[in-house]
Amino acid sequence: MTEYKPVLVGTVTKYVVVESFEITPSDLAIRGYEVSNGAMIKETCFGLVVTGKPDEVDRIVTELRKVDPDHIFIKDRGFPPGDPRRCRANLGGARPGYHGMEFEMTVIPYISHGLEELKKRDAATVPAPADPLVHESLDITSLKKLIDAQES
Amino acid sequence: MAKVFIYPATSLILSDLVSRHGHTPLSSAVAIRERIQTAGLESPPLQITPEEPKKGLKWAAVEVPSGVRGRMALYGPMIGECEAAIIINDADLAFGCMGCARTNELIKFLLRQKDIPKLDLNYPKNEEEGVRFVAAIKRFLDELGGKR
Repeated sequence: MTEYKPVLVGTVTKYVVVESFEITPSDLAIRGYEVSNGAMIKETCFGLVVTGKPDEVDRIVTELRKVDPDHIFIKDRGFPPGDPRRCRANLGGARPGYHGMEFEMTVIPYISHGLEELKKRDAATVPAPADPLVHESLDITSLKKLIDAQES
Repeated sequence: MAKVFIYPATSLILSDLVSRHGHTPLSSAVAIRERIQTAGLESPPLQITPEEPKKGLKWAAVEVPSGVRGRMALYGPMIGECEAAIIINDADLAFGCMGCARTNELIKFLLRQKDIPKLDLNYPKNEEEGVRFVAAIKRFLDELGGKR
C-alpha cells in the first residue's frame, strides 16, 4: 500500500456552466481572469472550472454569475481540474460525471426560462407543479375501453 | 442559511438553485473533496478505503452489500446534518449499478423518515413546467428562512 499525498489541500473547485446565446465560455474566462487574484481558471466546452481558496473562488463565481445570471449555473466539484483520476484525457472517453451533466443540460433551458419569468411574475402566484408522489390509477371506463379494443 | 440535501447529489441544477437562494447545498462533491484532500493510504479513485463500509454500518446492516455501506459512509453524515431536502423523483441520471440503485433508495427512505421540510419534484419537460419547478424551489427555500 502506497502513501497518498493529497494535492491542493484546502482548496475548493467549482464548475461554472454557461448555456447562453450571448455569452461563450471564452467570454466568461476573460471575465474570470479580470477579477481573479491567482486562482486557477480552466476553460472547458461548457464553461469554466475555478480552483482556489474558498473565499477567492466564491468571490470569482459571484462576479461571473452577474454576467448572465439566468444562464450561468454553478456547482461544487470534488476533484481539481485535470486530476488523473477523473480527467477524460487520462481515462479515455467521456469523464465520469459527464453523462449526468449532459442530461441536465437538456433541462437547463427550461430552468433558465423559469428564472427569467420569475423576474416578471411573483413566485406565490405560480401554480405548484404536479406532485410526483401522487400516482393516479387508471379509471374503470378507460380500462374497459382498452379491454374492448383488445378483444375486437 | 440552511443546509439542504439535494437528490440527485450530483445535480448541477439543484446545487445552483439552492446556493443562488442563499442556502448551502449538501452534494456528493463536498464528501468527495473531504476524502481526496485527506492524507492516508492510496485508494483511487475516490479514496474510499475498507474503513468506509464499516462506517456505513451506522445506516445499513452488516448483511447489506459493502457497496451500499461504503456509499452510505459518504451520504449518511450529510443526511444527518441536513435541515431540509429537495428530491427529484424521476432522475434518470441517478441510474447506476445495484450498489448505486440500492443506495439511492436508502437515501430517499432516510430523508423521508427524517422530520425535516422536504420538496418532491420531477424534472421539467417544457417551459411552463420549468417556471413551476423554479417557483416551487424558490418558495420552499424562502420558507426555510435564514438566507443571506
